[in-house]
Amino acid sequence: MVKKIIRVLAVVLIPIVCLYLLTLLLTPKYVSDIPEGSMVEEYYDSSKNHDVLFLGDCEVYENISTVKMWEEYGITSYIRGSSEQLIWQSYYLLEDTLKYETPKVVVLNVLAMSQAESKSEAYNRMTIDGMRWSMSKLNSIKESMTDEESLLSYIFPLIRYHSRWSELTFEDVRYMFSKPKVTSNGYLMQVGVRPVTTVPKVQPLANYRFSDRNYEYLDKIRTLCESNGIELVLMKAPSIFPHWYDEWDSQIQDYANENNLLYLNMVNSADEIGIDYQTDTFDYGQHLNVDGAEKTAVYLGALLQEEFSLPDHRNDAEVSAEWNELAANYYSEKAAKQEEWNKNSDGGSQ
Amino acid sequence: MLFTSVNFVLFVAVVLLMYYIVPKKWQWIMLLCANVCFYLQAGIRGAVFMLATIISTYICGRMIAKAGDRQKLAMDKLKDIMSKEQKKAYKAKTKRVQKLWMTGCLLFNFGILAVLKYTNFFIGFTSLKPVDFILPMGISFYTFQSMGYIIDVYRGVAEAEKNIFRFALFVSFFPQLMQGPISRWKDLKETLFCPHTFSWAQFEMGLQRVLWGYFKKMVIADRAAIGLATLTGDFSKYTGAYAFLGMLIYAVELYADFTGGIDITIGVAEMFGIRLPENFRQPFFSKSLAEYWRRWHITLCAWFKDYVFYPISMAKWMNKSSKWLKKHISGALGQRFPIYTATLTVWFVTGFWHGASWNFIVWGLLNGIIMLVSQELEPVYAKVDAKLGLKKRKAYQVFEIVRTTAIVCALQMLDYHANIADAFRQFISMFTTANYGSVFSNGMFHIGLSAADYSVLIIGVFIMYVVSFLGREKPVRERLAQKSFALRFALFLAVFLCIAVFGVYGIGYESSQFIYNQF
Repeated sequence: MVKKIIRVLAVVLIPIVCLYLLTLLLTPKYVSDIPEGSMVEEYYDSSKNHDVLFLGDCEVYENISTVKMWEEYGITSYIRGSSEQLIWQSYYLLEDTLKYETPKVVVLNVLAMSQAESKSEAYNRMTIDGMRWSMSKLNSIKESMTDEESLLSYIFPLIRYHSRWSELTFEDVRYMFSKPKVTSNGYLMQVGVRPVTTVPKVQPLANYRFSDRNYEYLDKIRTLCESNGIELVLMKAPSIFPHWYDEWDSQIQDYANENNLLYLNMVNSADEIGIDYQTDTFDYGQHLNVDGAEKTAVYLGALLQEEFSLPDHRNDAEVSAEWNELAANYYSEKAAKQEEWNKNSDGGSQ
Repeated sequence: MLFTSVNFVLFVAVVLLMYYIVPKKWQWIMLLCANVCFYLQAGIRGAVFMLATIISTYICGRMIAKAGDRQKLAMDKLKDIMSKEQKKAYKAKTKRVQKLWMTGCLLFNFGILAVLKYTNFFIGFTSLKPVDFILPMGISFYTFQSMGYIIDVYRGVAEAEKNIFRFALFVSFFPQLMQGPISRWKDLKETLFCPHTFSWAQFEMGLQRVLWGYFKKMVIADRAAIGLATLTGDFSKYTGAYAFLGMLIYAVELYADFTGGIDITIGVAEMFGIRLPENFRQPFFSKSLAEYWRRWHITLCAWFKDYVFYPISMAKWMNKSSKWLKKHISGALGQRFPIYTATLTVWFVTGFWHGASWNFIVWGLLNGIIMLVSQELEPVYAKVDAKLGLKKRKAYQVFEIVRTTAIVCALQMLDYHANIADAFRQFISMFTTANYGSVFSNGMFHIGLSAADYSVLIIGVFIMYVVSFLGREKPVRERLAQKSFALRFALFLAVFLCIAVFGVYGIGYESSQFIYNQF
């Protein structure tokens, strides 16, 4: 009888364990290549004591230095950003975050309001795969899936990633069970300078109105913040591409006015922030480099602290210790990346 | 519902569970309900045609049986009153009535098949627009299976089923609906309707076969299909060595696809305790084309042999024609005429059954012609063999196998080319375009298959070869059944994980239909 039970257990468990290990091996690690894919998952390892939560796409996670904001104002913040994060994905990430902590302020980047549909499966994956399983994740999947995707492949990622067997690298084995952090509390550091040289011609659109679905999710975000006593701030980060149309701007401004929200159009405030698009961008104006991100953090931190009376945690020993360690890592990463950039740009010029 | 879909796996799992839970006397009813669900999810219109086949064949079968019963009753009652001539006349009349029912049934059902499958082929000869008929799932297979039944009932080989629902189960048994095998009533009725008790050993055997089928389909056939799709996308570009590569890839794809599908079918049936006939017996170990066709798609070939070849070659009119030819023209011609006529008819119909296009007709006829030529050359081979003793030599046997494989592969080129001219052009280009060096060193990696994919294909083909080779004496799974549980489980797991990792499925890959589903 015991032998039979062992046999049945082996038949059930061994394949499950094998499939689990294969899933760990074949799922992309997003460490040295496309680190954006690691960001959502990384949040769960942070200490959940943030006063400010940023939500949005690359305009958030590449334009605001959380460490600088800490150093200048003692504000604890986290960026739950991901590539091409859609407005409903922001909502479900907020829902997910509220399971762990309740920040005082949520800053939502509004560029996603212009995206009516999911762009591609790859972007969906980078936002959703890293979320822990909950109804928020399930709903995010359902809302985001393109026609080619299936819920089953999110539940069993091996269905999606099995074909990576022929592209496995040593990194896939090395980071099977644990991965190094790729961000500083959600900020993905970029160094180097590629200045804005030309501004592409702005193409007129047939329809400037944001979709009803996007408004519906914006309402949901606002309501969720309200019901949790969170201040919601709408923000357009200081990236000059893609173009932020005046028609879009006025729609957000109207929404903010109607709902008594703070709306920050930081493209218009670039001079006030001190951003120089000849030195503070690494990709011709689409995103800021670390210098630009630090300037934005300084500007934004002052504004948020003043507006919402956010506490300065620098005198809190426990929080300070944690952030000082984060800052040390941040500066060593900055130095290393800067050195690599200098090396490569020297090599390039020779 | 594709065999390779999650829905199919879940469907089988649920039906299996219900099948072994319900009382044994209801098992076949449970299975019939499953068939109805399986067929209905493919569309109600297809189900109507299948229903028409079931009802018409059942009624005709019953009428044939009743005519026979009436004759028997009359003979018993009136045996002392009726004269010998009267008895003979009565029997002839009964036979006529039975023949009428059978013919009506054949015309009606083959008529449905012909209209749905071949209308556009014939419309192609006119200026009319093609019609948009939906081909019911498995129509070629269930029609042939049902018509085999009615002919057997007419011949007295099989008893006509009294219960229409039992007959409906025979026609619609879901695992074999998609691509056969084409079963006979007398072989299937016992295993289909007898009560089955769940047995781990039987379940394991079935599951083993299903996994092996999925391995062949998802790891090998669907991977080969990616390369073939590129090669068939532009015939003007992919000539010479590409045509050769395409020929090899298609042979691998077709074998893995069809045998894999049949493995899944037989394996699923086995899990229900139902034994279906085998459809393949190591076809690529054949030393002649005739032998190949005795080993490939066995149930279809047997169907044609029993219901087309013999009726034609042994018909009275054929006998008379043969005698006339022997007397008036030549003895040899008279002797050959029935075989030639029956063979070419069978191969014409086989080709046409595979597809409503000239490609398949020419493919069928070429098969028939090659076999007849081979038969004619038999005495020459025998003479040469008597002098040189070639047949006993291993090397010559290998040559025969390679030669047969080459013929089969070359003929299969007609399957995947848009028209006959393209197929022949590509075949000729294999000998006239000198691009083998560039294609096999570089070009072959630019048709959607990477070096890793080729490695999987080559290893997969090697594994299929080894399994076939070992299975010549005794099926590999029977050998496996004698091994320890740990070894069997390890093998199971290895195959399962290979499918999970190397299988062609999920996003970026289109779930491909089995090739034989379209026939």
